[in-house]
Amino acid sequence: MENKTTCLHASHKALGALMAPFAGYDMPIEYDGLDKEHTAVRTSAGLFDVSHMGEIVVEGPQALDLVNHIFTNDAAALADGGVAYGMMCHPDGGTVDDLLVYRVNAEKFLLVVNASNAEKDVAWVRNAAAGFDAEVVDRCADYGQLALQGPDAEAILEREMGLELKSMPFYTFRVLEGSLCGGVPAIVSRTGYTGEDGFEIYAAPEVIVELWNRLLAAGVQPCGLGCRDTLRFEAGLPLYGDELADDITPIEAGLGMFVKLDKPGGFIGSEALARQKAEGPARKLVGLRLDGAATARHGFEVLDLDGAVVGHVTTGYNSLTLGENIAMALVDARYAPLGSSLQVRIRRRLVPATVVKKRFYVPKYKK
Amino acid sequence: MSNIYYLPSHEYIRVEGAEGYVGISEYAASQLGVVTYVDTPEEGDTFAAGEDFGAVESRKAASDLFMPVDAEVLEVNDELVDNPRLLNNAPLEAWILKVRIEDPSQLDGLMDQKAYDEFVAAQQH
Repeated sequence: MENKTTCLHASHKALGALMAPFAGYDMPIEYDGLDKEHTAVRTSAGLFDVSHMGEIVVEGPQALDLVNHIFTNDAAALADGGVAYGMMCHPDGGTVDDLLVYRVNAEKFLLVVNASNAEKDVAWVRNAAAGFDAEVVDRCADYGQLALQGPDAEAILEREMGLELKSMPFYTFRVLEGSLCGGVPAIVSRTGYTGEDGFEIYAAPEVIVELWNRLLAAGVQPCGLGCRDTLRFEAGLPLYGDELADDITPIEAGLGMFVKLDKPGGFIGSEALARQKAEGPARKLVGLRLDGAATARHGFEVLDLDGAVVGHVTTGYNSLTLGENIAMALVDARYAPLGSSLQVRIRRRLVPATVVKKRFYVPKYKK
Repeated sequence: MSNIYYLPSHEYIRVEGAEGYVGISEYAASQLGVVTYVDTPEEGDTFAAGEDFGAVESRKAASDLFMPVDAEVLEVNDELVDNPRLLNNAPLEAWILKVRIEDPSQLDGLMDQKAYDEFVAAQQH
Protein backbone atom coordinates (compact mmCIF):
# COMPACT_ATOMS: atom_id res chain seq x y z
CA MET A 1 0.00 0.00 0.00
CA GLU A 2 1.27 3.46 -0.90
CA ASN A 3 2.18 5.53 2.15
CA LYS A 4 0.33 8.78 2.80
CA THR A 5 2.30 12.02 2.90
CA THR A 6 1.97 15.17 4.97
CA CYS A 7 1.71 18.69 3.57
CA LEU A 8 5.46 19.11 4.23
CA HIS A 9 6.61 16.06 2.29
CA ALA A 10 8.26 18.07 -0.50
CA SER A 11 10.20 20.07 2.07
CA HIS A 12 11.45 16.92 3.79
CA LYS A 13 12.72 15.60 0.48
CA ALA A 14 14.33 18.94 -0.37
CA LEU A 15 16.08 18.96 3.01
CA GLY A 16 17.46 15.50 2.28
CA ALA A 17 15.75 13.86 5.24
CA LEU A 18 16.05 10.15 5.81
CA MET A 19 12.47 9.04 5.25
CA ALA A 20 10.71 5.91 6.49
CA PRO A 21 7.16 4.64 6.82
CA PHE A 22 5.49 5.43 10.13
CA ALA A 23 1.82 4.86 10.88
CA GLY A 24 1.02 4.69 7.18
CA TYR A 25 2.88 7.93 6.36
CA ASP A 26 6.21 8.50 4.67
CA MET A 27 7.81 10.50 7.50
CA PRO A 28 11.20 12.13 8.18
CA ILE A 29 13.31 10.15 10.66
CA GLU A 30 16.25 12.58 10.72
CA TYR A 31 17.64 15.52 8.76
CA ASP A 32 21.06 16.25 10.23
CA GLY A 33 21.52 13.30 12.57
CA LEU A 34 19.47 12.16 15.52
CA ASP A 35 22.00 13.31 18.13
CA LYS A 36 22.23 16.85 16.79
CA GLU A 37 18.45 17.18 16.57
CA HIS A 38 17.93 15.72 20.05
CA THR A 39 20.46 18.16 21.50
CA ALA A 40 18.88 21.11 19.71
CA VAL A 41 15.56 20.43 21.45
CA ARG A 42 17.20 20.03 24.87
CA THR A 43 19.33 23.16 24.55
CA SER A 44 17.59 25.57 22.14
CA ALA A 45 14.69 24.51 19.91
CA GLY A 46 13.64 22.00 17.28
CA LEU A 47 10.81 21.91 14.77
CA PHE A 48 8.83 18.74 14.02
CA ASP A 49 6.32 17.94 11.32
CA VAL A 50 3.65 16.01 13.20
CA SER A 51 0.92 16.48 10.62
CA HIS A 52 0.31 12.74 10.67
CA MET A 53 -1.43 13.06 14.06
CA GLY A 54 -5.21 12.62 13.95
CA GLU A 55 -7.81 15.24 14.82
CA ILE A 56 -11.39 14.41 15.79
CA VAL A 57 -13.94 17.11 16.65
CA VAL A 58 -16.80 16.28 19.03
CA GLU A 59 -19.52 18.89 18.87
CA GLY A 60 -23.05 19.27 20.22
CA PRO A 61 -25.10 19.77 23.38
CA GLN A 62 -23.73 16.53 24.89
CA ALA A 63 -20.18 16.83 23.58
CA LEU A 64 -18.76 16.97 27.12
CA ASP A 65 -20.75 13.92 28.22
CA LEU A 66 -19.54 11.93 25.23
CA VAL A 67 -15.92 12.96 25.71
CA ASN A 68 -16.04 12.04 29.38
CA HIS A 69 -17.67 8.70 28.52
CA ILE A 70 -14.64 7.69 26.42
CA PHE A 71 -11.87 9.56 28.29
CA THR A 72 -10.04 8.40 31.42
CA ASN A 73 -9.22 11.95 32.52
CA ASP A 74 -11.91 14.48 33.43
CA ALA A 75 -12.83 16.84 30.61
CA ALA A 76 -15.34 18.54 32.93
CA ALA A 77 -12.41 19.99 34.84
CA LEU A 78 -11.28 21.92 31.74
CA ALA A 79 -12.04 25.57 31.14
CA ASP A 80 -12.34 26.89 27.59
CA GLY A 81 -8.80 26.82 26.18
CA GLY A 82 -7.71 23.98 28.45
CA VAL A 83 -6.00 20.76 27.41
CA ALA A 84 -6.04 17.39 29.20
CA TYR A 85 -4.00 14.24 28.55
CA GLY A 86 -5.56 10.82 29.04
CA MET A 87 -6.57 7.56 27.40
CA MET A 88 -9.52 5.90 25.75
CA CYS A 89 -9.96 2.37 27.08
CA HIS A 90 -11.69 -0.85 26.18
CA PRO A 91 -14.26 -2.25 28.64
CA ASP A 92 -11.51 -4.57 29.96
CA GLY A 93 -9.23 -1.59 30.65
CA GLY A 94 -6.85 -2.14 27.70
CA THR A 95 -5.90 1.06 25.93
CA VAL A 96 -7.56 2.07 22.65
CA ASP A 97 -5.29 5.12 22.42
CA ASP A 98 -3.77 7.93 24.41
CA LEU A 99 -4.81 11.41 23.39
CA LEU A 100 -5.09 15.11 24.15
CA VAL A 101 -8.53 16.65 24.67
CA TYR A 102 -8.88 20.36 23.87
CA ARG A 103 -11.95 22.20 25.18
CA VAL A 104 -12.88 24.87 22.64
CA ASN A 105 -16.14 25.59 24.46
CA ALA A 106 -18.75 23.68 26.45
CA GLU A 107 -20.14 22.11 23.29
CA LYS A 108 -16.99 21.64 21.22
CA PHE A 109 -13.93 19.52 21.90
CA LEU A 110 -10.93 18.60 19.78
CA LEU A 111 -9.39 15.16 20.27
CA VAL A 112 -5.82 14.73 19.08
CA VAL A 113 -4.92 11.07 18.59
CA ASN A 114 -2.05 8.95 17.32
CA ALA A 115 -1.77 8.57 13.56
CA SER A 116 -1.39 4.82 13.91
CA ASN A 117 -4.79 4.64 15.61
CA ALA A 118 -6.69 7.46 13.93
CA GLU A 119 -9.04 5.25 11.92
CA LYS A 120 -9.68 2.94 14.85
CA ASP A 121 -10.28 5.94 17.11
CA VAL A 122 -12.79 7.64 14.80
CA ALA A 123 -14.77 4.41 14.63
CA TRP A 124 -14.45 3.95 18.39
CA VAL A 125 -15.73 7.41 19.27
CA ARG A 126 -18.53 7.21 16.68
CA ASN A 127 -19.61 3.88 18.06
CA ALA A 128 -19.57 5.24 21.59
CA ALA A 129 -21.58 8.28 20.50
CA ALA A 130 -24.83 6.32 20.13
CA GLY A 131 -27.35 7.87 22.51
CA PHE A 132 -25.41 11.14 22.89
CA ASP A 133 -26.59 14.37 21.27
CA ALA A 134 -23.17 15.06 19.77
CA GLU A 135 -21.55 14.84 16.38
CA VAL A 136 -18.19 13.17 15.75
CA VAL A 137 -16.27 14.71 12.85
CA ASP A 138 -13.11 13.21 11.39
CA ARG A 139 -10.81 16.22 10.71
CA CYS A 140 -7.59 14.22 10.26
CA ALA A 141 -7.11 15.33 6.67
CA ASP A 142 -7.95 18.99 7.35
CA TYR A 143 -5.15 19.83 9.76
CA GLY A 144 -1.42 19.97 9.47
CA GLN A 145 0.53 20.14 12.72
CA LEU A 146 3.91 21.49 13.80
CA ALA A 147 5.65 21.04 17.13
CA LEU A 148 8.21 23.66 18.13
CA GLN A 149 9.96 22.32 21.22
CA GLY A 150 12.76 23.47 23.47
CA PRO A 151 13.74 26.27 25.86
CA ASP A 152 13.86 28.85 23.03
CA ALA A 153 10.48 27.87 21.56
CA GLU A 154 8.57 30.67 23.28
CA ALA A 155 10.88 33.44 22.11
CA ILE A 156 11.04 32.09 18.55
CA LEU A 157 7.30 31.74 18.18
CA GLU A 158 6.63 35.15 19.71
CA ARG A 159 8.99 36.68 17.18
CA GLU A 160 7.94 34.72 14.11
CA MET A 161 4.19 34.66 14.71
CA GLY A 162 3.85 38.03 16.42
CA LEU A 163 2.19 36.48 19.45
CA GLU A 164 2.45 37.14 23.17
CA LEU A 165 3.02 33.73 24.74
CA LYS A 166 4.77 34.41 28.05
CA SER A 167 1.49 34.46 29.93
CA MET A 168 0.29 31.23 28.36
CA PRO A 169 0.32 28.34 30.88
CA PHE A 170 1.35 24.78 30.08
CA TYR A 171 -1.53 22.66 28.73
CA THR A 172 -3.58 25.58 27.44
CA PHE A 173 -4.30 26.72 23.91
CA ARG A 174 -5.52 29.66 21.89
CA VAL A 175 -7.58 29.73 18.73
CA LEU A 176 -6.09 32.21 16.28
CA GLU A 177 -8.33 33.84 13.70
CA GLY A 178 -7.63 36.36 11.00
CA SER A 179 -4.92 37.43 8.64
CA LEU A 180 -2.13 35.49 10.32
CA CYS A 181 -3.76 32.27 9.26
CA GLY A 182 -5.21 33.29 5.93
CA GLY A 183 -8.67 33.45 7.45
CA VAL A 184 -8.53 29.82 8.62
CA PRO A 185 -8.71 29.26 12.36
CA ALA A 186 -5.53 27.83 13.79
CA ILE A 187 -4.68 26.52 17.22
CA VAL A 188 -1.54 27.16 19.24
CA SER A 189 -1.17 25.02 22.34
CA ARG A 190 1.54 24.90 24.96
CA THR A 191 1.99 21.15 24.77
CA GLY A 192 4.52 18.67 23.47
CA TYR A 193 6.14 15.29 23.61
CA THR A 194 9.77 15.97 24.41
CA GLY A 195 10.04 16.83 28.11
CA GLU A 196 10.76 20.45 27.19
CA ASP A 197 8.64 23.56 27.09
CA GLY A 198 7.14 24.02 23.68
CA PHE A 199 4.18 24.54 21.43
CA GLU A 200 2.07 22.63 18.98
CA ILE A 201 0.36 24.44 16.14
CA TYR A 202 -2.64 23.06 14.26
CA ALA A 203 -3.74 24.76 11.06
CA ALA A 204 -4.75 24.27 7.46
CA PRO A 205 -1.95 22.61 5.43
CA GLU A 206 -1.06 25.78 3.48
CA VAL A 207 -0.66 27.71 6.73
CA ILE A 208 1.49 24.94 8.18
CA VAL A 209 3.75 25.00 5.12
CA GLU A 210 4.16 28.77 5.38
CA LEU A 211 4.95 28.69 9.07
CA TRP A 212 7.36 25.75 8.64
CA ASN A 213 9.27 27.68 5.97
CA ARG A 214 9.32 30.82 8.09
CA LEU A 215 10.71 28.95 11.10
CA LEU A 216 13.35 27.16 9.04
CA ALA A 217 14.38 30.48 7.49
CA ALA A 218 14.79 31.79 11.04
CA GLY A 219 17.36 29.06 11.61
CA VAL A 220 15.32 26.59 13.64
CA GLN A 221 16.63 23.01 13.49
CA PRO A 222 14.23 20.63 11.70
CA CYS A 223 13.82 17.44 13.74
CA GLY A 224 12.66 13.99 12.69
CA LEU A 225 10.73 11.25 14.38
CA GLY A 226 14.01 9.63 15.46
CA CYS A 227 14.74 12.22 18.12
CA ARG A 228 11.04 12.65 18.87
CA ASP A 229 11.23 9.09 20.20
CA THR A 230 14.49 9.49 22.14
CA LEU A 231 13.24 12.75 23.68
CA ARG A 232 9.87 11.43 24.80
CA PHE A 233 11.52 8.27 26.07
CA GLU A 234 14.01 10.15 28.28
CA ALA A 235 11.11 12.13 29.74
CA GLY A 236 9.27 8.89 30.59
CA LEU A 237 6.41 9.62 28.19
CA PRO A 238 4.65 6.56 26.72
CA LEU A 239 4.33 5.75 23.03
CA TYR A 240 1.28 3.83 21.94
CA GLY A 241 2.47 0.50 20.55
CA ASP A 242 5.34 0.39 23.04
CA GLU A 243 4.17 1.34 26.56
CA LEU A 244 0.45 1.34 25.76
CA ALA A 245 -1.56 -1.07 23.63
CA ASP A 246 -4.95 -2.72 23.33
CA ASP A 247 -3.75 -5.23 25.93
CA ILE A 248 -1.89 -2.81 28.22
CA THR A 249 -3.92 -0.72 30.68
CA PRO A 250 -3.01 2.79 31.86
CA ILE A 251 -2.74 1.40 35.40
CA GLU A 252 -0.11 -1.12 34.29
CA ALA A 253 1.68 1.68 32.43
CA GLY A 254 1.84 3.78 35.61
CA LEU A 255 -0.48 6.46 34.22
CA GLY A 256 -2.99 6.31 37.08
CA MET A 257 -2.80 10.08 37.59
CA PHE A 258 -4.59 10.47 34.24
CA VAL A 259 -7.32 7.98 35.18
CA LYS A 260 -10.12 9.63 37.20
CA LEU A 261 -11.88 6.61 38.63
CA ASP A 262 -14.16 8.74 40.80
CA LYS A 263 -15.49 10.71 37.82
CA PRO A 264 -19.34 10.88 38.01
CA GLY A 265 -20.88 8.26 35.71
CA GLY A 266 -17.55 6.55 35.08
CA PHE A 267 -16.23 5.92 31.56
CA ILE A 268 -15.68 2.97 29.26
CA GLY A 269 -13.28 0.69 31.12
CA SER A 270 -13.59 2.43 34.49
CA GLU A 271 -14.92 -0.65 36.32
CA ALA A 272 -12.11 -2.86 35.10
CA LEU A 273 -9.49 -0.21 35.88
CA ALA A 274 -10.92 0.40 39.37
CA ARG A 275 -10.74 -3.33 40.06
CA GLN A 276 -7.18 -3.53 38.75
CA LYS A 277 -6.10 -0.56 40.83
CA ALA A 278 -7.68 -2.03 43.98
CA GLU A 279 -6.11 -5.46 43.47
CA GLY A 280 -2.83 -4.13 42.14
CA PRO A 281 -1.82 -4.88 38.55
CA ALA A 282 0.01 -8.16 37.86
CA ARG A 283 2.60 -6.32 35.79
CA LYS A 284 3.98 -2.81 35.83
CA LEU A 285 5.96 -0.52 33.60
CA VAL A 286 9.40 0.18 35.09
CA GLY A 287 12.58 1.95 34.17
CA LEU A 288 15.75 -0.11 33.76
CA ARG A 289 19.38 0.91 33.83
CA LEU A 290 21.55 -1.63 32.03
CA ASP A 291 25.17 -2.50 32.68
CA GLY A 292 27.46 -2.25 29.69
CA ALA A 293 27.31 -0.84 26.22
CA ALA A 294 24.55 -2.85 24.55
CA THR A 295 21.13 -1.28 24.15
CA ALA A 296 17.89 -3.04 25.06
CA ARG A 297 15.28 -2.68 22.31
CA HIS A 298 11.55 -3.07 22.07
CA GLY A 299 10.49 -6.69 22.53
CA PHE A 300 13.65 -7.99 24.19
CA GLU A 301 12.99 -10.42 27.05
CA VAL A 302 13.40 -9.35 30.69
CA LEU A 303 14.39 -12.18 33.04
CA ASP A 304 14.78 -12.64 36.77
CA LEU A 305 18.11 -13.73 38.21
CA ASP A 306 17.05 -17.38 37.88
CA GLY A 307 16.60 -16.91 34.15
CA ALA A 308 12.79 -17.00 34.08
CA VAL A 309 11.14 -14.53 31.68
CA VAL A 310 9.26 -11.93 33.73
CA GLY A 311 8.49 -9.29 31.11
CA HIS A 312 9.68 -7.46 28.01
CA VAL A 313 11.36 -4.23 27.04
CA THR A 314 8.94 -1.62 25.62
CA THR A 315 11.53 1.01 24.59
CA GLY A 316 15.27 1.26 25.07
CA TYR A 317 18.04 3.62 24.03
CA ASN A 318 21.55 4.65 24.71
CA SER A 319 20.50 7.94 26.31
CA LEU A 320 22.20 10.95 24.82
CA THR A 321 21.42 13.10 27.84
CA LEU A 322 22.54 10.52 30.42
CA GLY A 323 25.15 8.57 28.47
CA GLU A 324 23.73 5.30 29.76
CA ASN A 325 21.75 2.42 28.34
CA ILE A 326 18.26 2.75 29.77
CA ALA A 327 14.94 1.17 28.98
CA MET A 328 11.32 0.98 29.91
CA ALA A 329 9.96 -2.51 30.45
CA LEU A 330 6.68 -4.13 31.38
CA VAL A 331 7.51 -6.64 34.11
CA ASP A 332 5.90 -8.84 36.74
CA ALA A 333 4.84 -6.46 39.53
CA ARG A 334 7.05 -8.34 42.01
CA TYR A 335 10.04 -6.74 40.32
CA ALA A 336 8.64 -3.20 40.17
CA PRO A 337 10.30 -1.85 43.35
CA LEU A 338 13.23 0.48 42.65
CA GLY A 339 16.54 -1.31 42.96
CA SER A 340 15.24 -4.74 41.87
CA SER A 341 17.84 -6.75 39.96
CA LEU A 342 16.84 -8.18 36.60
CA GLN A 343 18.45 -9.24 33.33
CA VAL A 344 17.73 -8.36 29.71
CA ARG A 345 18.42 -10.80 26.89
CA ILE A 346 20.28 -8.85 24.22
CA ARG A 347 20.74 -11.27 21.36
CA ARG A 348 22.94 -14.07 22.77
CA ARG A 349 23.80 -12.39 26.07
CA LEU A 350 22.11 -11.77 29.40
CA VAL A 351 22.82 -8.23 30.56
CA PRO A 352 22.33 -7.20 34.22
CA ALA A 353 19.78 -4.43 34.77
CA THR A 354 18.47 -2.49 37.76
CA VAL A 355 14.97 -1.07 38.19
CA VAL A 356 15.12 2.73 38.34
CA LYS A 357 12.61 5.57 37.97
CA LYS A 358 11.29 5.65 34.43
CA ARG A 359 11.40 9.41 34.24
CA PHE A 360 15.05 9.49 33.25
CA TYR A 361 15.02 13.17 32.45
CA VAL A 362 13.14 15.68 34.58
CA PRO A 363 10.90 17.61 32.19
CA LYS A 364 11.37 21.37 32.02
CA TYR A 365 7.79 22.39 31.43
CA LYS A 366 6.48 25.91 31.75
CA LYS A 367 5.21 26.44 35.29
CA MET B 1 39.96 -3.91 -4.31
CA SER B 2 39.28 -7.04 -6.31
CA ASN B 3 39.44 -9.23 -3.21
CA ILE B 4 36.50 -7.69 -1.38
CA TYR B 5 32.98 -9.10 -1.53
CA TYR B 6 29.65 -7.91 -0.18
CA LEU B 7 26.30 -9.20 1.01
CA PRO B 8 23.05 -7.36 0.18
CA SER B 9 22.84 -6.68 3.95
CA HIS B 10 26.03 -4.58 3.55
CA GLU B 11 28.63 -6.77 5.27
CA TYR B 12 31.92 -7.13 3.45
CA ILE B 13 34.57 -9.82 3.54
CA ARG B 14 38.07 -8.80 2.48
CA VAL B 15 39.91 -11.96 1.46
CA GLU B 16 43.58 -12.64 2.16
CA GLY B 17 44.36 -16.21 1.20
CA ALA B 18 42.33 -18.62 3.30
CA GLU B 19 41.44 -15.88 5.74
CA GLY B 20 39.05 -12.96 5.59
CA TYR B 21 38.22 -9.75 7.42
CA VAL B 22 34.51 -9.15 7.97
CA GLY B 23 33.01 -5.70 8.52
CA ILE B 24 30.34 -3.32 7.29
CA SER B 25 30.44 -1.24 4.13
CA GLU B 26 31.00 2.50 3.95
CA TYR B 27 27.41 2.89 2.81
CA ALA B 28 26.10 0.95 5.82
CA ALA B 29 28.30 2.98 8.19
CA SER B 30 26.97 6.22 6.74
CA GLN B 31 23.37 5.09 7.13
CA LEU B 32 23.71 3.93 10.74
CA GLY B 33 24.48 7.20 12.43
CA VAL B 34 26.96 7.27 15.29
CA VAL B 35 27.79 3.70 16.31
CA THR B 36 27.41 3.16 20.06
CA TYR B 37 28.15 -0.55 20.35
CA VAL B 38 29.39 -3.50 18.36
CA ASP B 39 28.14 -6.89 19.55
CA THR B 40 30.63 -9.57 18.57
CA PRO B 41 30.95 -13.34 18.90
CA GLU B 42 33.85 -15.19 20.54
CA GLU B 43 37.02 -16.50 18.99
CA GLY B 44 36.45 -20.07 17.87
CA ASP B 45 32.74 -19.59 17.18
CA THR B 46 31.67 -20.97 13.82
CA PHE B 47 28.94 -19.62 11.60
CA ALA B 48 27.26 -20.73 8.40
CA ALA B 49 26.95 -18.36 5.45
CA GLY B 50 24.00 -16.03 6.09
CA GLU B 51 23.91 -16.71 9.84
CA ASP B 52 23.79 -13.69 12.13
CA PHE B 53 26.94 -13.33 14.20
CA GLY B 54 26.40 -10.05 16.01
CA ALA B 55 25.02 -6.56 15.67
CA VAL B 56 25.98 -2.94 15.23
CA GLU B 57 24.07 -0.44 17.33
CA SER B 58 23.49 3.23 16.90
CA ARG B 59 21.14 5.49 18.84
CA LYS B 60 18.54 4.81 16.18
CA ALA B 61 18.59 1.06 15.93
CA ALA B 62 20.42 -2.24 16.16
CA SER B 63 21.35 -3.88 12.88
CA ASP B 64 22.07 -7.59 12.85
CA LEU B 65 25.28 -8.68 11.19
CA PHE B 66 25.38 -11.65 8.83
CA MET B 67 28.30 -13.88 7.94
CA PRO B 68 29.18 -13.77 4.23
CA VAL B 69 30.50 -17.35 4.05
CA ASP B 70 30.88 -20.42 6.27
CA ALA B 71 33.60 -19.32 8.67
CA GLU B 72 35.35 -19.77 11.99
CA VAL B 73 36.15 -16.68 14.04
CA LEU B 74 39.93 -16.32 14.44
CA GLU B 75 40.02 -12.89 16.02
CA VAL B 76 37.66 -10.16 17.21
CA ASN B 77 38.68 -6.53 16.73
CA ASP B 78 38.82 -5.44 20.37
CA GLU B 79 39.47 -1.84 19.42
CA LEU B 80 35.82 -1.59 18.46
CA VAL B 81 34.75 -2.46 21.98
CA ASP B 82 36.45 0.64 23.35
CA ASN B 83 35.86 2.84 20.35
CA PRO B 84 32.85 1.77 18.29
CA ARG B 85 33.01 5.03 16.33
CA LEU B 86 35.95 3.62 14.38
CA LEU B 87 33.24 1.93 12.34
CA ASN B 88 31.95 5.35 11.29
CA ASN B 89 35.36 6.78 10.54
CA ALA B 90 36.93 4.01 8.48
CA PRO B 91 34.62 1.01 8.11
CA LEU B 92 36.85 -0.79 5.59
CA GLU B 93 39.83 -0.60 7.95
CA ALA B 94 37.84 -1.20 11.11
CA TRP B 95 37.08 -4.84 10.43
CA ILE B 96 34.96 -6.57 13.05
CA LEU B 97 36.12 -10.17 12.71
CA LYS B 98 39.05 -12.03 11.25
CA VAL B 99 37.79 -15.41 10.07
CA ARG B 100 38.93 -18.60 8.43
CA ILE B 101 37.04 -19.16 5.21
CA GLU B 102 35.79 -22.76 5.13
CA ASP B 103 34.69 -22.88 1.49
CA PRO B 104 36.19 -20.28 -0.86
CA SER B 105 33.76 -21.25 -3.63
CA GLN B 106 31.02 -19.49 -1.64
CA LEU B 107 32.69 -16.16 -2.48
CA ASP B 108 31.43 -16.58 -6.04
CA GLY B 109 27.88 -16.09 -4.75
CA LEU B 110 28.68 -12.63 -3.30
CA MET B 111 28.78 -9.21 -4.95
CA ASP B 112 32.16 -7.81 -5.99
CA GLN B 113 32.91 -4.10 -5.55
CA LYS B 114 31.39 -3.09 -8.88
CA ALA B 115 28.21 -5.11 -8.37
CA TYR B 116 27.87 -3.75 -4.83
CA ASP B 117 28.35 -0.14 -5.96
CA GLU B 118 25.55 -0.64 -8.49
CA PHE B 119 23.40 -2.30 -5.84
CA VAL B 120 23.82 0.69 -3.49
CA ALA B 121 23.16 3.18 -6.29
CA ALA B 122 19.93 1.36 -7.12
CA GLN B 123 18.89 1.45 -3.45
CA GLN B 124 19.26 5.19 -3.29
CA HIS B 125 16.56 5.71 -5.90
